[in-house]
Amino acid sequence: MKDTDIKRLLYTHLLCIFSIFLSTFIPSFFLDNFSILETHLTWLGICSVFVTAVNLMLYLVVKPNVSSKRSSLSHKVTRVLKCCIYFLMSCFLLHVVFVLYGAPLTELVLETFLFAVILSTYTTVPCLCLLGPNLRAWLRVFSRNGVTSIWENSLQITTISSFVGAWLGAFPIPLDWERPWQVWPISCTLGATFGYVAGLVISPLWIYRNRKQLTYKNN
Amino acid sequence: MGDDTWKDLFPGAFSQAFFFSSFNVRDLHTVDNGILEHLYPTMDSGEWDVLIAHFLGVDHCGHKHGPSHPEMAKKLSQMDQVIQGVVEHLTNDTLLVVAGDHGMTINGDHGGDSELEVSAALFLYSPTAIFSSVPPEEPEVIPQVSLVPTLALLLGLPIPFGNIGEVIAELFSGGTDAHPHSSALAQASALHINAQQVSRFLHTYSAATQDLQVSELHRLQNLFAKASADYQQLLQSAQGAEVPLQTVIAELQQFLRGARALCLESWARFSLVRMAGGAVLLAAACFLCLLASQWTTRPGFPFSPLLLTSVACGLAGAILYAGLLATTGLKLDSVILGTAAAGGSLLPFLWKAWAGCGSKRSLATQLPIPGPVLLVLFLRLAAFFSDSFVVAEARATPFLLGSLILFLVAQLHWEGQLLPSKLLTTSRLSFSAPTGPPRHGGTYALRLGVGLLLCTRLAGLFHRCPEETPACHSSPWLSPLASMVGGRAKNLWYGVCVGALVALLIVVRLWLRRYGNLKSPEPPVLFVRWGLPLMALGTSAYWALASGAEEAPPHLQALVAGASVLLPRAVMGLAASGLLLLLWRPVTVLVKAGPGASRTRTILTPFSGPPTSQADLDYVVPQIYRHMQEEFRGRLERTQSQGPLMVAAYQLGSVYSAALVTALVLLAFPLLLLHVERISLVFLLLFLQSFLLLHLLAAGIPISTTGPFTVPWQAVSAWALLATQTFYSTGHQPVFPAIHWHAAFVGFPEGHGSSTWLPALLVGANTFASHLLFAVGCPLLLLWPFLCESQGPRKRRKPLAMEAETRGRFEEEEEEPLMEMRLRDAPHHFNAALLQLGLKYLFVLGVQILACALAASILRRHLMVWKVFAPKFIFEAIGFAVSSVGLLLGIALVMRVDGAVSSWFRKLVLAQQT
Repeated sequence: MKDTDIKRLLYTHLLCIFSIFLSTFIPSFFLDNFSILETHLTWLGICSVFVTAVNLMLYLVVKPNVSSKRSSLSHKVTRVLKCCIYFLMSCFLLHVVFVLYGAPLTELVLETFLFAVILSTYTTVPCLCLLGPNLRAWLRVFSRNGVTSIWENSLQITTISSFVGAWLGAFPIPLDWERPWQVWPISCTLGATFGYVAGLVISPLWIYRNRKQLTYKNN
Repeated sequence: MGDDTWKDLFPGAFSQAFFFSSFNVRDLHTVDNGILEHLYPTMDSGEWDVLIAHFLGVDHCGHKHGPSHPEMAKKLSQMDQVIQGVVEHLTNDTLLVVAGDHGMTINGDHGGDSELEVSAALFLYSPTAIFSSVPPEEPEVIPQVSLVPTLALLLGLPIPFGNIGEVIAELFSGGTDAHPHSSALAQASALHINAQQVSRFLHTYSAATQDLQVSELHRLQNLFAKASADYQQLLQSAQGAEVPLQTVIAELQQFLRGARALCLESWARFSLVRMAGGAVLLAAACFLCLLASQWTTRPGFPFSPLLLTSVACGLAGAILYAGLLATTGLKLDSVILGTAAAGGSLLPFLWKAWAGCGSKRSLATQLPIPGPVLLVLFLRLAAFFSDSFVVAEARATPFLLGSLILFLVAQLHWEGQLLPSKLLTTSRLSFSAPTGPPRHGGTYALRLGVGLLLCTRLAGLFHRCPEETPACHSSPWLSPLASMVGGRAKNLWYGVCVGALVALLIVVRLWLRRYGNLKSPEPPVLFVRWGLPLMALGTSAYWALASGAEEAPPHLQALVAGASVLLPRAVMGLAASGLLLLLWRPVTVLVKAGPGASRTRTILTPFSGPPTSQADLDYVVPQIYRHMQEEFRGRLERTQSQGPLMVAAYQLGSVYSAALVTALVLLAFPLLLLHVERISLVFLLLFLQSFLLLHLLAAGIPISTTGPFTVPWQAVSAWALLATQTFYSTGHQPVFPAIHWHAAFVGFPEGHGSSTWLPALLVGANTFASHLLFAVGCPLLLLWPFLCESQGPRKRRKPLAMEAETRGRFEEEEEEPLMEMRLRDAPHHFNAALLQLGLKYLFVLGVQILACALAASILRRHLMVWKVFAPKFIFEAIGFAVSSVGLLLGIALVMRVDGAVSSWFRKLVLAQQT
């Protein structure tokens, strides 16, 4: 493993963070009354699109993983389709998980679903980009000693921190501070976003700190 | 008009009302503008005696913006204008009282006891001149309680009984133009009425309780007697001098202030020393539980000496305290006596801990609670310090439970136990990976976790809302079926409830059959086979009667009434007799003896080894084992020509848990009867949940074959969380209005007469049902992993290790899963593990109650202390007591089974010898 890899990782992560910043500032030029809290759903959609776009772009440019052997057009198309299906599946799955965790079942369905979408964007999309629609690879990455590259390592860290952020975001909801961001699911989405950003920042630093201990099979 | 809290406080008290929602703190103007719309027309209409206008904008503005915000300036000048406007509309006989019910801190909030919060402005105005025209430099401070008698007397109403305020005498002077003597007389008479009322109150109050100071009370009574005598004298001498009148007024005021001071001192008093002492005692006990739970796994832990010394020390502490009292001649206070005893009994443990701390490196190595579990526990404890979280605990607990469950599943996956390792490509670091293949296929743990989450969520549907959250709607399923209208829905629900009951029964039977305990001819098993359905039948019949009693034809009314008395009692009696049977013959084992007994699904007593070391013989039960083995061997040698003779004991592997599960079901039925019908679904969910959780936990616990056996912290925490969650999902809340009082009338529709302990017991059993059930079921946490062993390696075949020694007689012997018999192989470890489990559970519950106590004492001046923190503490404390008793019962049951199994073995050996 070389330092250049870590540098590339850092730059890509900075780009991702930048995309989130853009998603909060750019829409206010085009939309009236745009703010994260009041038109939260719009922001969720825009942020999701931005992050997905940046992730895809980075994937196409950087190509962190070894390209698959077969690269026929039909193969690519099925791959893309599969990715879309996986993304949708993860959205629905997360929605179900939120409801199981206590989100309202019949009210605020759109809000809950968009929260699932944004969390999928932070977690599933990078997984899809890096590992492809391959559940086994996913399971491998998210188990002890399963990572084989710094990219996978950073993926592990950002995904877990996104989930933890979303989890922590649920805690202010019952408090009686009467703040606008305490409404479901705003605190959770913000928590997930902060968790994602924190993961993006932490993972290059962590990998840099532990670069001596980390040895991967492929490097 | 204004704040709609008035409507909730005094429903129907107003002849005309304009209320506006006061809930939204962000809304500064709705209430105020609503008042202004109606205020002047109402004032001018003249159709009122009292007009209350409760403006809320300033308060909301303080909460939202704070006192130094431009919004606040706007709001205050608006209020100024309002006062000006009202003053202009006043008629001569009208008094305008402008009062704030509280002040605000520099942040604009209130609810505490700081000077800024408890002081507010009071402005009195009347077109008739009351006060001298020059306002005083330093206005008098008037206690808020004084408004009550003043306004009451001014309106010509009797002063409320519980008032301890003092009338504002100036208001009764009748204006500055009145004759000074007559105005003073009017003031004196107002004060006298007030003093009479306060005296009456003090008299009644001191007769009912003893917490007022006797000497001070006497002084006040004398003062009042003197003052009223003077007053009477004054009235008789119609045109007395000015001076005695002023003295009478002064005397009366002195009495009133003295009475208020007396009450204030006795009521708003917190004994900080006792609070701190209690908290320290609790903390020490929790710490002790933690330490002892670590010590138990150590070999050679001295149980009995420590116990004896602690009891001795406790007694010594109590005697010391009593002696101290006897010498100083103070009154015996049972609270402090108990404290002394408890503190004394803790001392030897703590001393030992101190000594151990000196010899060992650090305490931190002795307290290995894993991090994430610590986090969940810490979050749970921190939540007790916020009134919002205590109110929202019903939703927060399932959330934490779900988090813990998913964390367990994720951890299993992380450790590589969820999936077969062939899926995971090996990496270079894999040498540190856990050894051993996963014991369960594929998504086993995941399915368990999802099932648990689903059950938790479903149980959450039976949610009763606390009063503090107006936006929340209680589950309609918490009302009894009798309150339902519409026969069809009622019948449907009745069917569902009976279905839940039957499902519960079937689940338990299936479970028992799965582990083979249903075949035994022992009486408890027979009871499970026949008594339980009978109980279910009785329960459903009672439900049918209770839900449709008023629809019964008239000539059957007597029968229905009789049956609704008899049926619950019969069910409870059946349950009690079942429990007694279980205690009498707890071993549910089927014994088959004879040549060539079938060996499928048998749990053989291990024939596998001769006595190996002298140390093993220290234990009685292994000795019996060995003895039995020797006997078998001897017999087998003799009967070799006739073919192998075996004794096959079925279901020995699940003998402990079978007894426990049976006991739990027997307990659940009477408790179920105390709840409303539809809670039966929750009870079904409860059993499913605990079953799934136990399986999930067992999947993560490696089976240690020889001990020491331990129950991990996450298991105990999850169990405690599940207990709390069930408390809420059975429709309870830790506040007094939410207690299910109807439980007292189950089986006693006519009431209880004068006895109080039986209804208290019934209501208590209803309220703390989940605490009891989970505490009794706590030993299952220890037993379940051994139970699950039978699923894993069942198909594995291994030649017996001791083949050579047993001279090939048991070739092809399958290695039978020993299951719970492993526990019997190491009785010392078994006892230690039981103790450790109990201590861990007590610790988790103990820190909860410690956090509650700390919250209630630290936040004793909080706005919500009597509404949220104190009831929560009381409920938690009683729940803790119930849990402790339940835990002891559960462990005692396991010990009883253990003893019975021992005697069973002994009998078997005797039978073999003859």
